[in-house]
Formats: sequence, C-alpha cells, structure tokens
Amino acid sequence: MSESVVLRTIGGMLFPYILVYGLYVQMHGEIGPGGGFQAGVLVAAAFILHSLLFGKELTDRLLPTWLVDLSMSLGVLLYIGVGIVGLVKGSYFLDYSVLDPTHPAHAEALGMTLVEAGVGLTVASVILTMVRKVNGEPA
Amino acid sequence: MSLFETFNSIAFVVIMMLGLYTLIARQNLVKKTLGLGLFQTGIFLMYITLGVRDGGVAPILQEGAPLTYTNPLPHVLILTAIVVSLSTMAVALALIIGVREEYGTIEADEIATIDRADAEEGA
Amino acid sequence: MSDPVLLINVLLLLLAIGAALAAMWTRDLLGAVMLMGIYSLLLAIEWANLFAMDVSYTEAAVGAGASTILLLTALTRTGTREKAGPNFHPTALLTVLVTGAVLIYGTSDLPRFGDPLAPATVHVAPEYITQTVGKVGATEATENDFGDHVPNAVTAVLASYRGYDTMFETAVIFTAGVCVIIILRPLAGSARRRTAGSKEDA
Repeated sequence: MSESVVLRTIGGMLFPYILVYGLYVQMHGEIGPGGGFQAGVLVAAAFILHSLLFGKELTDRLLPTWLVDLSMSLGVLLYIGVGIVGLVKGSYFLDYSVLDPTHPAHAEALGMTLVEAGVGLTVASVILTMVRKVNGEPA
Repeated sequence: MSLFETFNSIAFVVIMMLGLYTLIARQNLVKKTLGLGLFQTGIFLMYITLGVRDGGVAPILQEGAPLTYTNPLPHVLILTAIVVSLSTMAVALALIIGVREEYGTIEADEIATIDRADAEEGA
Repeated sequence: MSDPVLLINVLLLLLAIGAALAAMWTRDLLGAVMLMGIYSLLLAIEWANLFAMDVSYTEAAVGAGASTILLLTALTRTGTREKAGPNFHPTALLTVLVTGAVLIYGTSDLPRFGDPLAPATVHVAPEYITQTVGKVGATEATENDFGDHVPNAVTAVLASYRGYDTMFETAVIFTAGVCVIIILRPLAGSARRRTAGSKEDA
C-alpha cells in the first residue's frame, strides 16, 4: 500500500479512465491505430498500477487469480474457436464470412472484432500474470 | 545517396552490434537480457525503414483521392515481434530469478565456478 | 536534406544510440533499466516519425511500459548492482566489429530509403491497401459496418490477411505466460538446497 496520499488519490481516480481508454483502443482498432495488443497492455497496466498503489490483497479481491488464469486460455480459445466455426460450416479455417450467412460482409467485420478481442484478452491476462508472478505472489 | 538517407542502415547495425557486444561481454545475466532486447529493436528499425515510401502517409485509409500509403506489412510483422520479445524477456527473467535462488548469484562466471566445483566434488 | 522526416529521424536515432550506449555501459542495473525505458520512448517517437502508428503505439505501451515494470519487479529479487569488471572484452569487440562490417557491407544492396519501386512495396502491399476485406458479396459492399473497407490497413492485414500468424503469436504469448507460472511456482524447501549450504560467503 503506497503511503503517499497524492499517489493513492490520483491513482484511484485514474484507474477507471485507463480501463475505459483500453476498451476504446480495443474497439477502434479497425478505424484508427490500435487493436488487441495495445489494448491488452493498457488494461494490464491499469491493474498493475492498482496493485502498486493499493497492495496485492486489494487487487486480488478486485480481480481474483483464477479469473486471470481463465481469461489467459479463453483468449486463445476464442481465436481458435472462430477458426473452427469456419471449418464446421464447410469452408476453410479462419473464414470469417460464414459467421453470418445472410450478410457475409458484416460477418467479416464480426470475425475481425472477435479475433481482436481474443488477442486483447490473452495479452492483458498474460502481462498481468507475469508481473504478479515475478513480484512473488503464489499460484 | 547522402549520409542522411543511408543513416538508418548504419544505425540499425550499430544498435545490433551494441546489443551483441553486451550479450557476449558482460557477465551479469540481467545485462545479457537487456542486450538481447536491444539487438531485437535493431531489427525492428531495419524492417520499418524498409516500409517507408517517398511522400507516404500512415496506412490508415482515408476517403477521397488515393494517397501513397506506407507499406503496412512490416508494421504487422514488427507489432507481433515486439510483443513476442516481451514474452521471451519475461521467461528469461523468470529463469534468472530461479538461478538466483539456486546459486545465490547472477554472474555467469561465478555460476560456472560453482558448477565446476560441484562437478569435482561429485566425481 | 530538407526533408523533415530524415532530419528528425537522424536526431532521434542519435539520441537513442546514446541512451542505449549509456544503458549498456553502466554497472547499476536500476539505471540501465531506466535508460532502456528512455530508449524505448525515443524509439516509439521514431516509429511515429516513420509513419508506423500502430508500431509506435505498441512500442510505447510495451517497451516503455510493461517491459520496464517487468524488469523493475525482477530486479527486486535479483539485486541491482552488476559486478565490477573490465569494460573492454577484446574477443567480443573483434567479433562485433567483424560482424558489423560485414552487415554494413551487406546493406549496400538495400533499396534507397523511401524508394517507391522497392520490391517490398510492389509485391503484395498494393493488394493489402486496395483491400477486399468486407467486400464479400457484391451487393453488400456499401451496407456493412465499415463502408466496404477497413480503414486501418494494419489491422486488416493482422486480423484477416495474416490471421494465421496472429493466431500462433497469441499462442506464443499464452505459452510464455504458462512458462512463467511453471518456472516461478513455489517449491518445497528441499529444492532450495544451496541457500545456506555450500556457498557460505554469498
């Protein structure tokens, strides 16, 4: 827990805005610079800031370890799942246009969004896990 | 070609060689890891330089007349390479922490001395 | 000579090389990590100068952010001073000079900076820029969410044209996370056999 009142106040105020900015970067990856990798690092940075300022116990209550471990695998599974949907529907692996048979052009946008979401989820959880483990937290 | 235009070609070799020298010459394992990261950023510089075009703009497509865009393919390759370099650095640091707890030191020559002493004891 | 891109490029790279040189020279690991953070920030500005916006974003977030944090937390567990020693290692210096000379000789074949006829620019890049993502189904072209193209060409290439590479790269990141968990798992006391034993002057 940081002893500085200034750091704790400002950090506590900044934390939700960093998360919202990370979500903005994730969602606007197709329109401007951004995408899954950048958004994942931003979200992980927000939680690392929180744990530096408020202590590991409070951050673990906010975001339990089992959830972070789960989302590490869920991101990769989401990506591969989008690919397998293409196989199941009779086309090639990672074909996005089969996700929405009536509007294949919409489906390509949907496929790219899902895939970027998977990447962002994995990158955020992995960076958070790495910093937690190197910091000495068990499990 | 003036020196300004070929500066990037020389600069990326200089950065790579700086990283390689640190990797070989310094004994501290964390310093070696930093040198490896430096080596990788030299490669990124070469790739991004290859993608630049005369009068090009960032590859964000805009409405209206077609502009000359810089090549987006090197950007994609380097994007993934940056995150992979972070991952390998994290695994290297985890191994270094394990080495530190096992040997009590992270200098490569001291670790070699301990290993040799153990081999002589055991043999 | 009057091209501002080239001028800023040279200035930033000189500063970056200076920061990297200082980081590799110093024996204080904490200072070296800070200098590498500065180097990453300068490099992020350099990528923005060379019109690589996504790369600049990622380098600033990952290089100057996550990488510095990771190194600092690792330094708390490994010690922050490097052992003093000779600054010049003759074999390494010779190797580096020879390799560097060969590489600089090899770069004479690279295309001119900004050449529009360079092989990398005329091969597949025009296809990626005049892209067909979102154009599946001719009548749908103007109805979809993006108005028939994805504005960020880098994301279009990353998620659609080179989707396999991104998938495997996500798997690599996942594997690195699992590796860190496995390596740093808390071990029973019997595995830490050297802490008080043979190296008594540690």
